[in-house]
Amino acid sequence: MSLSSINQSGPFTHAASSVQKTMFMVLLALIPATAYDLYLFGWPAILLFTVTVGSCVMVEAGCLILVDQPTKAAFDGSAILTGWLLAMSLPPWAPWWIGVLGAVFAIALAKHTFGGIGQNMFNPAMVARVALLVSFPVIMTAWTMPHPLFSASAPGLAEAFNITFGAGMPDSVSAASALGYVKTELSRGIPVTQSMAHVPDLMDMALGTRAGSLGETSAILILAGGLFLMARRIISWHTPLAVMGSLFLMGTLFHAVDPARYTDGMFHLMSGATFLGAFFIATDYVTSPVSKRGQLVFGAGCGILTWTIRTYAGYPEGMAFAILLMNSLTPIIDQYTRPRAFGRTQKGEPLPLGEKAK
Amino acid sequence: MKLFPIRGGIHPDYRKELASEKAIVSLPMPALLYIPLQQHIGAPAEVLVSEGQTVKKGQMIARGTGAVSAPQHASTSGRIKAVTQIPAPHPSGLAQTTIVIEPDGKDEWAELPEPIADPFTADAHTINERVAISGIVGMGGAAFPSAIKLNLGTQKKLDTLLLNGAECEPYLTCDDRVMREHADEVIDGARIMAHALGVPRVVIAIEDNKPQAIEAMTLAAKPFAQIEVVGVPVQYPMGSERHLVQAITGRETPAKKLTADIGVVVHNVATARAVHHAVRHGRPLLSRVVTVSGAAVRETNNIEAPIGARVSDLIAYCGGFVVEPASLVNGGPMMGQPLPGLDVPVIKGMSGILALTAAEINAQPASACIRCGTCVTICPCGLVPVEMAAFIRKDNFEVAARLGVMDCVSCGSCSWVCPSHIPLVHYFNYAKGMINAQERERRKNDQTRVLAEAHTQRVEAAAEAKRAALAAKKAQATAATATEEKASA
Repeated sequence: MSLSSINQSGPFTHAASSVQKTMFMVLLALIPATAYDLYLFGWPAILLFTVTVGSCVMVEAGCLILVDQPTKAAFDGSAILTGWLLAMSLPPWAPWWIGVLGAVFAIALAKHTFGGIGQNMFNPAMVARVALLVSFPVIMTAWTMPHPLFSASAPGLAEAFNITFGAGMPDSVSAASALGYVKTELSRGIPVTQSMAHVPDLMDMALGTRAGSLGETSAILILAGGLFLMARRIISWHTPLAVMGSLFLMGTLFHAVDPARYTDGMFHLMSGATFLGAFFIATDYVTSPVSKRGQLVFGAGCGILTWTIRTYAGYPEGMAFAILLMNSLTPIIDQYTRPRAFGRTQKGEPLPLGEKAK
Repeated sequence: MKLFPIRGGIHPDYRKELASEKAIVSLPMPALLYIPLQQHIGAPAEVLVSEGQTVKKGQMIARGTGAVSAPQHASTSGRIKAVTQIPAPHPSGLAQTTIVIEPDGKDEWAELPEPIADPFTADAHTINERVAISGIVGMGGAAFPSAIKLNLGTQKKLDTLLLNGAECEPYLTCDDRVMREHADEVIDGARIMAHALGVPRVVIAIEDNKPQAIEAMTLAAKPFAQIEVVGVPVQYPMGSERHLVQAITGRETPAKKLTADIGVVVHNVATARAVHHAVRHGRPLLSRVVTVSGAAVRETNNIEAPIGARVSDLIAYCGGFVVEPASLVNGGPMMGQPLPGLDVPVIKGMSGILALTAAEINAQPASACIRCGTCVTICPCGLVPVEMAAFIRKDNFEVAARLGVMDCVSCGSCSWVCPSHIPLVHYFNYAKGMINAQERERRKNDQTRVLAEAHTQRVEAAAEAKRAALAAKKAQATAATATEEKASA
């Protein structure tokens, strides 16, 4: 008889889990928000999305060939997910080469130079977004208002090809994101209390009928996807709650102190990439801490840094920077947030006899 | 009763329904019995019989040696065919000394020790002695000699005997059946053990997925106020000794200590039944209930098999295989060990024989870790498997040890849950082996150094003495010369 596993310890049973299943579950959770966003921003967004995801898979396959590994792994869902998240963080009407270049940054530089899946220190999609943002600040902040498919103002397929692969986005449609608008106004000396009157109200922001990247414009559907992932135990509540809680707290606190200078907590929650960041990017397994306590620390760091960058730094949105900065702290957070071992104190000493664990 | 939560754990596919409704059946006596000298933790037993000799059922054929050991008995009457080396039911498949009995079919009892008429007036020593000579070991799988654990009452301050009927391993139903069909024997054994330990309280913990066992045991325990039967949540590894103690009492056993240090001794339910037989009837441990299950076996069963029957005898009784099993496992699928083949015998700690198909095992090649952290969340010992594995992969055992790899109980939860199918427990077992080996090596070196230093000291001392003697002689000689000179002067 063949007892091939004779030399391996048990268990001789396994949960029906796999990396691929996990990745596709995350993709599934992204579908509603993505579909809605693609509808909102029409053909140019669909083209850019396709180019970005496709490039990521191709770059992944290319890197795998370079290191002599089976290219099958390019379709395990992780490259698709990276491309998907990257596409969701781009201005929807950006030119095609932004997507391709982003794929090279994300997959080749941020992931494979570190050793491929599981080895990267920084979230690949966010590395790409930030690299693109600092390299091409104009294109990367050229937002547009939604032009839903089949609506009067929506570009047709031919026009869309021209936007994505040709002349680019017409200047006439450009619009500022809410965060960007408030920041610009503030720099012109117009207090928050005044500029807030001109940004979309919270309901519009939640539904997504406002300017922004794909992932920024449907908080409710992103939230639904996030809750789905929690229900399937792919992610836990720790990171998202810590990110959003700390961001909300910072916003609310400072707004209470000086409403003319600081936007309020609710605005911070509903604007920018807060939901996408909290549920889908800060929760990235590879680049965030492994313990629940670590995830709370990590999430809180992301929230506080996001608020700080949005409030004081040159960029209107800080989620990507905040997550990357916290990524770099992940190994240290991991080291200091290990769970208490059974029968030992937090320091690792055996529990004293006759006393209960704290 | 208020229960306490335990950390982590998993909910594997239990598949107990495969065998749970099969009443215990006795295995027809096989043509040959193979009784290994080591079926327990500790020193192997010492052979008392020789080839060609006839033995009776229950006769001691090998005696315990040293502080931690257990004797072996003839499971039936017959002739000693050989005392030889055959493969042990251990993953290594290495041979060990085994007594081969050819049964004569008469199943004649030897003269057994007198039943202890009223065990509750007998002193603890008498009961422990009986348990020891009856060859009883922990029947949950660890096979630690039970008498030693029953003796803890004299060394530690105990308050509770916890009888482990959790049976948290998937597939296994032997304890379930024993509790359902022999509840009175288990309860009686538990009362005797509690008396020997000198504890006022007995708690019998059974996972909630065995309602009939809970019912039967509750009924049997009814007349005894000191005994409490408790249903515990279905959460693997609830049956782990330390975790069960925590769930029942809320006390956490400190690292490097025993549960007895916090007042609780844990015994398996089948062990209690064996104690009942030994004390009330003078019968040593000659058989045990083994669950034969898995999708590859034609008919699942709970078989009361004589110790020494071969695995192949049990499989044959179950109608053989329907498909070639991908793995044969001794014990449960989570913590069981691979069986090296079908020719190995049933031993006292063998709770199950599983013939598993590839679909049941669901083994896949390991892929890269994606740091999902699930292993950290579910580790019942509060360890960080992902991190330990990373260091072990680099053979950095020092850091792995600092991260607590020696605290790992090898429950297998992390391996089971890992989406990348990384064989984490295999890593940890490897590291434990290496760390133990290094520790042994270090101790050996220390000892060598101490001996070498002592030797050097002895040599130096001898040389010193020699020098001193020489100097004294010289001084004497000089003194003599001086006296002479003085005299001559």
